[in-house]
Formats: sequence, C-alpha cells, structure tokens
Amino acid sequence: MNERAIRVVVNGRSYERTVDVRKTLADFLRDDLELTGTHLGCEHGVCGACTVVVDGAAVRSCLLFAAQVNGHEIHTVEGLADGDRLNPLQEAFREHHGLQCGFCTPGFLMTLTCFLRECPDPTEAQIREAISGNLCRCTGYQNIVAAARAAAQALAGTS
Amino acid sequence: MKPPRFDYLAPTSVEEALGILARYGEDAKVLAGGQSLVPLLNFRLARPAHLVDLNEIPGLDGIRGDDGRLVIGAMTRQRAVETSALVRARCPLLAQALPHVGHVQIRNRGTIGGSLAHADPAAELPAVVAALDGQLVLRSSKGERVLSAEQFFASYFTTAAEPTELLVEVRLPEMPPGTGTAFMEVSRRHGDFALVAMAAAVTTDAAGVCTASALVAAGVGPTPVVVREAARALVGQRPTAEALEDIGRRVSAAVHPESDLHASSEYRKHLAGVLATRALAEAVQRTRRSAGHEVGDR
Repeated sequence: MNERAIRVVVNGRSYERTVDVRKTLADFLRDDLELTGTHLGCEHGVCGACTVVVDGAAVRSCLLFAAQVNGHEIHTVEGLADGDRLNPLQEAFREHHGLQCGFCTPGFLMTLTCFLRECPDPTEAQIREAISGNLCRCTGYQNIVAAARAAAQALAGTS
Repeated sequence: MKPPRFDYLAPTSVEEALGILARYGEDAKVLAGGQSLVPLLNFRLARPAHLVDLNEIPGLDGIRGDDGRLVIGAMTRQRAVETSALVRARCPLLAQALPHVGHVQIRNRGTIGGSLAHADPAAELPAVVAALDGQLVLRSSKGERVLSAEQFFASYFTTAAEPTELLVEVRLPEMPPGTGTAFMEVSRRHGDFALVAMAAAVTTDAAGVCTASALVAAGVGPTPVVVREAARALVGQRPTAEALEDIGRRVSAAVHPESDLHASSEYRKHLAGVLATRALAEAVQRTRRSAGHEVGDR
C-alpha cells in the first residue's frame, strides 16, 4: 500500500487521517496536525529534537512512520502545559535557564517527562545519562541538568 | 518526504510475513524497530521496493525462561530486555551490554532481533550472543533452522539469513554456577557505536581456579571476533592480576582490526587488550557473588 488510513490519539485528542506511508511521524505531527512544537534536527535519529512519547515511551519521531502509529497514543510538547500554565518541568527549565535558543527544548522535555516518571529521585549521573540522547548545540547542558533536578524536587513536593 | 518510494506491508501473522518474503525475496526489506533501517531510508541509502513491517504481528516479542535457557522473541524491545528481572537473573551479560546500545529513546523502539539481523560489526548484541554460545532461530515458508552466532554472522552487515528467512527468536543458554560476566567498551561518546567492545564470561570452581573463559570483541573485524585461544589460556589458572594482564596481551596480539577515521588499527589492538583485562577482572569479581544471589549492577 502507498497510503494508510490511521486513527491516533495525540495529547488526548483523537485524529483520523489518511497518510502517505513514507511520511514520518514527525512530519505528520508538524504538517498534517500542525503541531509544530516537535522539532526536526538531523532526521536520522541522532539529535533527539523530535522526541515524542508513544504509549508512554520516549521515541524518535523521525524514525517512525505515521502509518505505524495507527491505534497508538502520542504525547507531544504541546500537551505539557495547561493553557498558559507551564507544568513543573517546563517551569524548572524557565527558572534555571534550561533553554537558550529553544530548538532542542521540546525533545529534552519529552525525554525528561518519561525519565522522571521512571526515576523520580535521580542522581546527577542518572540525569546526564537520561539526556545523553539529546543534543543542545547551545551546549546549555549544565542548566538543563539543574532544571531536571529542580523539576524532580518540585514533582516530589506535589505528589 | 525523506525516504524513497516503497510499498508498505503490515502483516499480522508470521506466516503472512513469510509469504511476503517468499514472494518478493531481495526486493523486500523487513522493518523491526527501524532505528538503523529508517536512517538508511531517510538518507536513501536503502531503497527497498517493499517494506515489511513486523510491528503488527502478535507473539514475536517476549522473554521466557525455558529449560536452562532464556528465549527472547526477535521483536522484543531492547529496553524491555534491559529492564527485565528475568534477564538480569539468568543472563546478566545481556543486561550489562544493553545500556551501551544507543540511547534510551533508541532502545525503547529498537529490537533484539533487529540489531542482530543488522549485524553491524561494532554492535554490542552480536558479541553478547557469540560470548554466550547463543542460537539464532530463522524461519521461512519452507521451515526453520537454528544457527550459532559464528554461523549467523557472515561479514560486515551481512548474515547467513536468506532474503526469504526471518529471524524469529534468539536462545541464550544459562551460565553454570560460579560464572561471572562483564561487558565493556570504549566509544567516542556514550551511545555511539563502540571503537572496541568486549564481552567476557569466566567460570571458577570452589577453589577459585578458572574452569571456563570466553572473550568476544566487537569493532575489531567484520563480525564479532571470538578470541578463543587467548581466553582458553586462563583455564586451569587462578585469575590473578598478572594472569589477566597476560590474557590482555594475548588478545591484543590475536586481533587484526582495520583502521578507519575513528581509530587506527594499532589503537584498536591496544584497546582490545586493555578491555579484555578489565572485563575479565570485573567478571571474576562477579563469579564470587554468582553462586548465591544474583547481582543486577552493570
């Protein structure tokens, strides 16, 4: 087949679309659903900018085809904030200057969203390993690590 | 659109997939986790006419203990293997190696079978399967055959699997009591493919004398390199620091890696020796703990 009809739930909202089977999930999110918060850097699985959450696991959306997510549940960076209210992880990034140009930020946020769920009280070494698959070319890693640690503390305080 | 044109097929049973492979042969390419294949498609280095997605076939994934061995379905995600209590208990070498494979986002999607079938000469999992004397189960519409790692891995990115065959599972025998294992590698950055990686397994008796030893290197040849003679030299000895240094020198002499832009042949030879000594030392440490309770560290 060259096209496939798919149904996906993205950030809690259900979509039905017919997609070219060659279209990556990243392009589908950006072009078809106009969810342009997911960024594309390298488009071959190295930079991590396109990281989204599929069925609870952080994955590269440039290495998945939209045709493959039929029936699956996706979360993107657009689903983190509640209207204008940033969630604790986003708030920590703002507070600790965890972003400079902001291009890599959606990927870091989605990676850390899953990581902090699995590892709510991480060491610095664990945070560094968790974000090792995301590149920040502003090289703002120190502040990203600080933001992740602060987010873990904030989340522990709220639960 | 990044990849070239292809016909996408999503079979829902192994039989259906095997029928597709029998029909299209070399014109078909199997899509497992896609963490190596999709980059090749995006670069248009791979141009298959038919892409056969295995992700909708139930029952190709799963981990089970089965009569002294661990059986892992080809479509089992690497992250699921890495975090499996059964794998940590019965096959710790695999759990020790997996954190070196890509990054967590890659392992969430990448599969055991996909990595083995891709046969990158610097990949971790082929070396682990070779070190454990594992078996690879291939199925086609004509039947099934079971290959050892040395039979399966043929050359750079090349296996003995025919275009009509599908890798369906890998079987890893449990190690005898008193066995310790370790996996080490040097790469340019964490998560990169290894310049050299080393899998080690050592068994010692109650007196602390080595009764069996295996070393397999990745990144030093077209396939995982089983350094058999050098590893065997430890058998019958106490694994003292001097003995392990000697094995390291033998390993370094026994491998003949090529130079590339990442590292020279000489550097890789040096690394192979150093990693062999270090991995054996860590494996020996673990033999002392393996008789009683299992150790889940890495």
